[in-house]
Amino acid sequence: MTGSPSRRDVLKTAVATAAAAATVPLPALAQNGGGRVVVVGGGFAGATCARMLKRLDPRIAVTLVEANQTFIACPFSNEVIAGLRDIKAQQFDYRKIADDKVVMAFEPASAVDPQARMVTLAGGTRLAYDRLVLTPGVDLRWDALPGYTEAAAERMPHAWKAGEQTLLLRRQLEAMPDGGLVVITAPANPYRCPPGPYERASLIAYYLKTHKPKSKLIILDAKDAFSKQRLFQNGWKELYPDLIEWVSLSSGGKVTAVDPASMTVETDFAKHKPAVANIVPPQKAARIAELAGVADRTGWCPVEPTSFESTLQPNIHVLGDACIAGAMPKSGFAANAQAKVCAAALARLLGGQKPDDPRLINTCYSVIAPDYGITVAAVYRATNGQLVEVQGSAGTSPVDAPKAVREQEAKLADGWFKTITGEMFG
Amino acid sequence: MMLKRTAVWLVLLCPVGAMAADAPPGASSCSGCHPASRTVDTPVKRLIGSNPAEIVAAVQAYRSGQRSATVMDRIAKGFTDDEIKAIADWYGAQKD
Repeated sequence: MTGSPSRRDVLKTAVATAAAAATVPLPALAQNGGGRVVVVGGGFAGATCARMLKRLDPRIAVTLVEANQTFIACPFSNEVIAGLRDIKAQQFDYRKIADDKVVMAFEPASAVDPQARMVTLAGGTRLAYDRLVLTPGVDLRWDALPGYTEAAAERMPHAWKAGEQTLLLRRQLEAMPDGGLVVITAPANPYRCPPGPYERASLIAYYLKTHKPKSKLIILDAKDAFSKQRLFQNGWKELYPDLIEWVSLSSGGKVTAVDPASMTVETDFAKHKPAVANIVPPQKAARIAELAGVADRTGWCPVEPTSFESTLQPNIHVLGDACIAGAMPKSGFAANAQAKVCAAALARLLGGQKPDDPRLINTCYSVIAPDYGITVAAVYRATNGQLVEVQGSAGTSPVDAPKAVREQEAKLADGWFKTITGEMFG
Repeated sequence: MMLKRTAVWLVLLCPVGAMAADAPPGASSCSGCHPASRTVDTPVKRLIGSNPAEIVAAVQAYRSGQRSATVMDRIAKGFTDDEIKAIADWYGAQKD
């Protein structure tokens, strides 16, 4: 987070530091032929990369730096918001990763020195590395939308990092009277989980339709087009007619200011007074990326596509939502796929070999209702320093698929979550 | 001679899992949906230890549209015959 930390965050950090002080090991030492890799961030990219790297070459000393002992997954957290899923189903711990001989350091990273190849943790521990993997995810940009501060997010949740914010939005929807207005704001590209705001709108609409049918939901969008758009819009027409209204950028959907005190969400053309406001603000790579000098002026991290090494700092690799991965979207699946490619590349690089020319896949499920799933998928390859779609591979589920296909995709979405989290934490 | 002996020694030191470093392009992405573990509750087939010829036939049928798919129709179009065969052979050779 970039703003001044809240008291709770300071306290959380202090507790984590105290807890970590007892467990943080001495900096890993270079081993015969192995090398030292530090991974900062234990999400879809970082947890996968640390674990895979250790499996590929157990001689490599791998340390995973993560501020929280419990990981709370974002994919499927929209179901928690809609009351369809317990947040416990989103929670995972790092015990199995530690069992794989990855050294866990439960403490935030506070500095990176690319010249000295050293990561400093909040408690002062210094970790030397041969290769550093930064998978810090996103920070919300508290300077991007007038009125939207960390304090405002307590009244108008973003719920774009799963956890307390997810539950706050859930509680607000539960407390809202029937007939209330819900506003969701969607940012311009790029941001974490491109179809996320629309899946969220769908599942909140499902909750409203089944519990508060007089209510209405408006999506105020800073874009004129979005991921899986036709599939979402067809699904809305079929399942939630007259409940969801999407206001595009060219129809005046861009939010210009919010005021949590009066619960106002403002565009150039209208002032909305919703009962529940879910503000998804613009984002950037999390702060440690900036501190390490791997973020460019867009706020994101350019990388070379065969090993995801930063084009700004040698020996630092950036994966997942924080990196600029060409045509690959900022999804959990993409982060996991990148992590496995990076792990293989690191094993080769540390062994004095060149990385292979990779292929990566992304598959992204969204659910419009519990039994109505849709997908987008593509295969990617590195061309001229960029990850591009392999021709013919990219596309969404059919627009005119029968109900059985939608049901099947909803089931597969559930299977996907179990599989990928199993690979990371199981 | 000395070099050769070192090379043999290194190979011996590498455990079975280290073979995964040589996974062909694209193979590592599959485990995002196809579980490595037998215990995951998903309708998606495990690839580890599967018959390579069956994997190749399935992917080619997805690609041509002969076999109905949800996402594999699109993913299959992202790989050449040689790439599919390399991935299938590699998964076929993996052991639990």
